[in-house]
Amino acid sequence: MRRAFSAATIVAALALAVSACGGGTDDPAAAPAQSAAADPSKVSGEITWWDTVRPDSEGPTFQALIKEFAAKYPNIKVKYVNVPSDQAQGQFQTAAQAGTGAPDVIRSEVAWTAQFASLGYLQPLDGTRAVENESDFMPSPLSSTKYNGKAYAVPQVTDTLALLYNKKLLEKAGYDKAPTTVEELKKVALDVKSKTGVNGLALNVDSYFLLPFMYGEGGDLLDVQNKKIVVNSPANVKAMATVADLITSGAAPKPATQDSYANAMTALKDGKAAMIYNGPWALSEVYQGKEFKDKANLGIAPVPAGSAKAGAPTGGWNLAIYAGSKNLDASYEFVRFMSTAEAQAKVAKEISLLPTRTSAYDNPDVQGNKDVATFKPIIDTAVARPWIPEGGQLFQPLLEGYQAIVGGKTTPEDMLKKVDSDYHGIFKDWS
Amino acid sequence: MNGTTSDRAADATGVRGPGRREKAGTVRRAMARYWYAWVMVAPVVLVTGLLIGWPLARGVYLSLTDATEATMGRTIGVNVIPSTYEFVGLENYVSILGSGLFWEKLIWTVVWTVACVGLHYGLGLGLAMLLNRKLRFRSTYRLLLILPWAIPGFVAAFIWRYLYNSDYGVINAMLKAAGFGAVGWLDDPTTAKIAVIAVNVWMGVPFMMVAVLGGLQSIPGELYEAAEMDGATPWQRFRHITVPGLRTVSSTVVLLGTIWTFNMFPVIFLITRGGPGSSTEILVTYAYREAFTSIRNYSGSAAWGVIILLLLVVLALVYRRALRRQGEVW
Repeated sequence: MRRAFSAATIVAALALAVSACGGGTDDPAAAPAQSAAADPSKVSGEITWWDTVRPDSEGPTFQALIKEFAAKYPNIKVKYVNVPSDQAQGQFQTAAQAGTGAPDVIRSEVAWTAQFASLGYLQPLDGTRAVENESDFMPSPLSSTKYNGKAYAVPQVTDTLALLYNKKLLEKAGYDKAPTTVEELKKVALDVKSKTGVNGLALNVDSYFLLPFMYGEGGDLLDVQNKKIVVNSPANVKAMATVADLITSGAAPKPATQDSYANAMTALKDGKAAMIYNGPWALSEVYQGKEFKDKANLGIAPVPAGSAKAGAPTGGWNLAIYAGSKNLDASYEFVRFMSTAEAQAKVAKEISLLPTRTSAYDNPDVQGNKDVATFKPIIDTAVARPWIPEGGQLFQPLLEGYQAIVGGKTTPEDMLKKVDSDYHGIFKDWS
Repeated sequence: MNGTTSDRAADATGVRGPGRREKAGTVRRAMARYWYAWVMVAPVVLVTGLLIGWPLARGVYLSLTDATEATMGRTIGVNVIPSTYEFVGLENYVSILGSGLFWEKLIWTVVWTVACVGLHYGLGLGLAMLLNRKLRFRSTYRLLLILPWAIPGFVAAFIWRYLYNSDYGVINAMLKAAGFGAVGWLDDPTTAKIAVIAVNVWMGVPFMMVAVLGGLQSIPGELYEAAEMDGATPWQRFRHITVPGLRTVSSTVVLLGTIWTFNMFPVIFLITRGGPGSSTEILVTYAYREAFTSIRNYSGSAAWGVIILLLLVVLALVYRRALRRQGEVW
């Protein structure tokens, strides 16, 4: 198998040449010379890519990128498969475990990457053509691609949560800018309710949407470095009490626990709620709402701060390669192409998804996109979550607790105690 | 241990089954006489054995280990992961049966099954009696009533989930129009339980209705005429002609309905995802959650599966015996 090494990752390449490259006869010293671009006409093969974007609004942009790729690499055929984002994880695990039907390249959510890597499903990418100029990536998304110090993916897009609001409704209530703290959030929401009659804030009952409140008070779920579960902390108790207070005070109506994401979105789009928490991926849908025919009516602001800081979780998507791929070389080239600053700029320009390369933000196309420009400073304050294989298991206990709080069935203290004991069931040797 | 339980079950049926008390010699003679029959069924037995027997055996084996997605060995490309799972005996069963969670879920599963099957049968019988009369547009009614059964389970579940939506659902819109407050149908454990039972009843009644209707039509009309001549009241006719006449059909459909409802995955999973909290989660949806979320716990979910299977086997045996006591040969 032919391998080419990028100069930037020579150290990793050396290690790989020694440990993994059974058939490689590369002289490590010759590696820098091979960092020149591979000849596109020489790489061939057919690869399957599982994409997880919304097929109608975002899919065409990625398909256009694939056409560009095909023009540049005539001998690589890319099969584009759109898999709904809530099913891709399970389907990939099933296919990878069974050894048949897994794609060559998968768009992996940031939280899945470490899990897939720990299960042996992903191809290590250090020293391959897939990784190019890693130092250009923003640190938070880049950290999500690492497992045990090795790179298993390349950051594709990043995102975080922000406060999306209806400017007209806030103006009617006497505010010309978004609330910056949770206290202000409550006041603004109550004023909107009393002066305009519509709801101030629509909450989404989902674990991920609790994180800004926790980070805001200085809380967190885990302390990975010290192998400690820190979910049951005074800071988090305060955060949960804040959420409960938003509901009981009437600042936010009692949210539905089923379909609450869709309900909150509909409420904002139809002008039935003035503010919601959501990310850049929701913008194309929000602009379809009747309140936002005039795009200027949508305000985007950082999530309101708690008593400690303002912080929302880092989200986003990586591109990873299935270790069992029959066309690794073609897959490397594809991932490399899709994660270039130019490709990211195109995606940012057309569908407002945020680039992960810092250099992409210098591109005039990206700077011309108002949403990206608004989100960039918010992204810079986003908090990287612990990228551990068990990351996906953290959400269910938190969700059940959130639902119980919304239903008035538990107190913040009891809820966190329960979540804490559930986490101890997942991390048996943690303190 | 599971092997022995099901062996014993098999023995029990073998010994008590009618006409199976011959000695081993007769078996050999039967083989000699009916060898062609055995050859004929061999492919079916083989395929069934492969399709059902092998996964079942593997499932039972896995339930006695601590296999998860992370501990099962595999080689994918350059990644070689060794198998590190071990045989742990009954540990999975002990931890499942020892947790309050299992008993909580079992109680709700039983409540759910009894409520659903009771309503299925009751409503199905009522509708079947109505449709068994001569009335105008009878075939239209039959068609309309069978419709829910023709809709795939997941489609029905999504439609109902939309109807139940607390902010934008049709049911709450009607309540509001009538001057009542909106109800968070799926947000409270009690209303969520009522909601899922209602959906399952809606989906299951047509089958019961058709099955019972078939049974009703097989009861000779002369019996009713004769009873009427003798001055029997409608209740007496129902009690002494309809009920005994339906017994064969009823016993079969109630057992089938019980097994289906006990394992009715889509309704619960698609409408509430087991929520709020895990209050509407039945045994199968919980086993699914163990098996298919995050890092998959194969051994734990296999143990749940074996326990569910054993519960249903026991149920079927008890049910059979109860029927035999009533003089049914089933």
